[in-house]
Amino acid sequence: MDTNKRFLVGVYDDDDEVMAAVKAVRSSGIKIHDVYTPFPVHGLDKAIGHPRTRIPMAAFMFGCLGLLTMFVFTLYTMAIDWPMNIGGKDFYAFPDFIPPMFEFTVLFTAFGMVFSFFITNGLWWGNKAVIFDLRSTDDKFVVAIDTSSNQKSEAEIEKALRDTGAIEVNVKEVIEEEA
Amino acid sequence: MAEHNHHFNPAEMEEWYDFTSSSKRKLIIGMLAGLATLLIGAFLVSKGLGIGIEHAHEHAGHAGHGHEAHHGLPVWAKRVVANLWMNAEFFTGISVIGMFFVAIQYLSWAGWSSIIKRIPEAFPAFLPFSGAVMLILYFAFGQELFHWRHEGIMDPESEHYDKIIAGKSWYLNNAFFVIRTVLYIGLWYGLWVFLRNLSKQEDEIGGTEWWYKMKNLSRAFVLVFAVTSSTCAWDWAMSIDTHWFSTMFGWYHFASWHVSGYAVITLTVIILKEKGYLHSVNENHLHDLGKFMFAFSIFWTYVWFAQFLLIYYANMPEETIYFRERFSGYGGIYKAPFFINLIMGFLAPFLWFMTRDAKRNFTFLKVGACAILVAHYFDFYQMMMPGIMGEKGGIGLIEWGSTIFFASAFGFVINNQLTKLSLVAKNHPMLEEAVHHDI
Repeated sequence: MDTNKRFLVGVYDDDDEVMAAVKAVRSSGIKIHDVYTPFPVHGLDKAIGHPRTRIPMAAFMFGCLGLLTMFVFTLYTMAIDWPMNIGGKDFYAFPDFIPPMFEFTVLFTAFGMVFSFFITNGLWWGNKAVIFDLRSTDDKFVVAIDTSSNQKSEAEIEKALRDTGAIEVNVKEVIEEEA
Repeated sequence: MAEHNHHFNPAEMEEWYDFTSSSKRKLIIGMLAGLATLLIGAFLVSKGLGIGIEHAHEHAGHAGHGHEAHHGLPVWAKRVVANLWMNAEFFTGISVIGMFFVAIQYLSWAGWSSIIKRIPEAFPAFLPFSGAVMLILYFAFGQELFHWRHEGIMDPESEHYDKIIAGKSWYLNNAFFVIRTVLYIGLWYGLWVFLRNLSKQEDEIGGTEWWYKMKNLSRAFVLVFAVTSSTCAWDWAMSIDTHWFSTMFGWYHFASWHVSGYAVITLTVIILKEKGYLHSVNENHLHDLGKFMFAFSIFWTYVWFAQFLLIYYANMPEETIYFRERFSGYGGIYKAPFFINLIMGFLAPFLWFMTRDAKRNFTFLKVGACAILVAHYFDFYQMMMPGIMGEKGGIGLIEWGSTIFFASAFGFVINNQLTKLSLVAKNHPMLEEAVHHDI
C-alpha cells in the first residue's frame, strides 16, 4: 500500500535565521516534520521539539544484557559444565572473569547502540532516503512541514515560512512504500 | 543559537574574586579546629582511648613482630606523622592536577574549558606548602614512615640487615630521595609560575601569542609529569612497603590524584558559581567536568583492577602480601577503608553520573564530587597506613583533624590565589567559543 504525503519545504540560507524561523513557525502552531542542515546547528533539536532520544536507556539495557550474558557463560563453562582448577583458586574465581564480563558489556553496548540508532533513524539496508532538497548537503537549511499533520492551510504555512525569511518554498510529494 | 551574541566583548568577561574576611575567618577556624582535633585525637590515643588502639593493646605483650620492633616514636606520634604525610601527598596531588588539567586543555586545543581554566590554574599555589610539610616530615621522621629508612637495614653488619632492601639502596637512599622530592615539587611549581605569568600577561596585553607560549609550556610540563607522576608515586607511597613493588603503581596513584583533582575543580567552580561569580559558566561546562569525573573514576578503577588482577592471578606470596595486609591482615582493620575506596571510587560515580541530567545538576555534581573525594582519601589511606602503622592504625580524631586542617589550608591558599587574577581569562583566544558552549 502506498500513501502519499505532501510536504511544504522552506529553504533558508543562514543558520541563525533558520533557528529563529523554527521557533517562530512552531510558536504559530505549525508542527515541523524535520530540519535538514549542512552542519550541526546547536540547540536546533530542542527548538524543533523532538522528544529526547532514548538511546542512553537502550545502551544501559544492552550493557546489562552483555554483563549478564558473560556472567552466565563463565559461570556455566568454568564452574558447572567443566570445572577447572586454575592456580588452586575457587572454580568460580570471580575477579578472573571481570575482564570478559567488562568486554561483553562494552561489546553489547556498542553494537546495541549502533543498531538501535540505525533502526530508529531508518538507516537500514534498502530503505530509500527521502531527500527534501539536495542543497541541504551544500549550503541551504531546509525546513520540512507535513501538511497532512497540520491544522493550518498550505497558504498559511507558506506565509509563515516566507515571513521568517525562507528564500524558496517548494512542494514535495513523498510516496512511502510500505511492505 | 538564535540569540548568538555577535557582539562578544572580552572586557565584560573580567571578574575579580573577593576573598571576604568572613571566608578567611571560616578557613582559619577550620585550620585551628583541625589542629585541635588532631591534638585531642593524639592525646586520646596516647592514653589508649583512640579508635584502633585496641589492636595495639592486644599485641602489647609480644613486641617484636617484623619491622614494627625498632620504631622510636610512640604510637600516637607515629599516627600523627603518618596522617600528615598522607594528607600532604593527597593535597600535593590535587594541586598538581590543577596544572595538569590546564596543560591538557592547551595541548588538546580545548575551547570550552577556557572559561574555567583560572580555577585549576590557582591550585598549584599550594605546592610549596605541602612540599615543605613533606620535606620536614621526611627529615624529622623519615625512619618512621619508610621501611627502608630503618636503622641498620642496609648495613650487612646489623641485625636488622635486609638483603632485598639493601639491593634497592642505589635508588632508595637519603640524598637521592631528597633530590627527587625537591625536583618534583620544584619543577611542577616552577613551570606553574611561568604559566601563571604568561596568563597574567595575556590578560594585560592580549593577543594570541600567549596562548602558543602556554601551549609550549604545557608540552614541557606534560613531559615532566609523565615521568614524575610515576616516580613520585614510587618514592612517596610505594616505597613505604619497600619489599613490594607493582609496575602499575605509578598509574594507579596518578589516577587517584587525577579524579580527586577533577572533583575539587568541579566543587570549586560550583561554589564560585553559587556565590555569584562566573556568570557565563552554565550547566554545559559543568556537564563536561561531570563527564571527566565519570570517565576518570572508571579509569581509576581500570588501573586499580589491572594491578589487582595480575597479582591475584599470579598468586605469588611476595606480591599478594600487599592485598592480604589490606584485606584481612592486622586484624582486618583495613578492610573497611579498602572496600569504601573501591565501592565509592567506582560504583558510586559510575551509577551516579551515568545519566546526562545528573551531570548537569549542581546538587548531583556536588554529592558525586564529595563521594569521589572520600573514596580517594581512603585510597591514599589504605596505600599508606598498613605499611606505616601496621596493626596500630585506625580511623579517629587524628585522621579527621589532619584532613580538616589540610583541606582548610588548601582552601585558604587557593582562595587567596584566585584573587590574584581575573576569574575568567578575558583575552583567551577561545573564550567566545566557551561562552557559547552547548552540548
